[in-house]
Amino acid sequence: MTDSLAVALVIGIAFGWTLERAGLGSAPKLAGQFYLTDFTVFKVMFSAIVTAMLGAFWLARLGVLDLSRVYMPETYLAPQLAGGLLFGAGFVIAGLCPGTSCVAAATGRGDGALVMLGMFCGVLVTGLAFAPLRRFYESTARGALTLPDLLHVPYGVVVAAVVAMALTAFQFAGRLERRA
Amino acid sequence: MMGTRSRGLAVSGSRGGSNPWFRGFAVSGSRGENTAQPRNRETPRPRPYADPYVAGTGLGLVLLAAFVIAGRGLGASGAFASGAAGVVAAASPARAAANPYFARYLAGDGPWHEWLLLEIAGVVIGGFLSALAAGRLRAAIERGPGIGRGSRLANAFAGGSAMGVGAVLARGCTSGLALTGGALLSAGSWLFMMAAFAGAYLVAPIVKRAWR
Repeated sequence: MTDSLAVALVIGIAFGWTLERAGLGSAPKLAGQFYLTDFTVFKVMFSAIVTAMLGAFWLARLGVLDLSRVYMPETYLAPQLAGGLLFGAGFVIAGLCPGTSCVAAATGRGDGALVMLGMFCGVLVTGLAFAPLRRFYESTARGALTLPDLLHVPYGVVVAAVVAMALTAFQFAGRLERRA
Repeated sequence: MMGTRSRGLAVSGSRGGSNPWFRGFAVSGSRGENTAQPRNRETPRPRPYADPYVAGTGLGLVLLAAFVIAGRGLGASGAFASGAAGVVAAASPARAAANPYFARYLAGDGPWHEWLLLEIAGVVIGGFLSALAAGRLRAAIERGPGIGRGSRLANAFAGGSAMGVGAVLARGCTSGLALTGGALLSAGSWLFMMAAFAGAYLVAPIVKRAWR
């Protein structure tokens, strides 16, 4: 195994451990997010985004991390809008997303294994039927567009705005949960 | 069996207890609770989950470590795509090579040496170890109170398939697009995240009987 793949395995172990610690290997818990009874998905996801976003911002400022060497997901507006809607619909039906389905299956949950199987079949069939989808798949390409680019606002300002939005949303999440 | 194994890991009980991160390692009753109650040796009570903000901050640090060490974020759907490419290539190498979606996974060391595939193998191991340490390993089909096992499994497969199609179109899922791109402030990632939450909340009332 190469060094890079060993790193992948170790990072994956830490990723899987964290998801399981949070309870994200249990489908009914994830589904609670969409009935406003359990905000674990939202809280974990946004505290992770805020942590990694602040870390990347400050490490880049301090010259420790070269952000131009970190892979930035590319933007394709229409496919990501349509794919996102379909993905979200699948998420609430399955109760798990692709990463958490692996944790659910690894901890003995049969429903997690079926989500994995469905995910695999969905990707396989879409890949085999790719030719007619290709035009849509490659449409509305915007390259490695970021929110600071899009809004013409400095990087640090967007970072601060995301932190403020997340903290506000955490307050609301707590209130809604207490009501549920 | 599992109970004995997980208790075998309880050597470092002194650092458990109040720290939710390592609470799974705590010796049962180390905080003086429930010691009088007889415990079932085969099915120890699972430990409570970590605080979501603590777990989320930990997940963020894992993601940040991936940025610094590997120059990329986390992912999940790419592992499924790579595996699918590997299966197609095994069944028909010519067909896989001619397919513009799968062909990209056949470059380099091939689909079975893809970074994300190893990372997902790690997720399986890490999830298993965490549940083992916390006494949460359990063979079960988790479902809402109003749905049978067969319907739950059918929904799991159907929902998984829909996510598979969506992840191909969007070029990622909750891990690779929403989490990773979210932290890097990718515009497409935030669009995907908002669309995914919107899709889930729109469909939630329709499938309410499966969960409530």
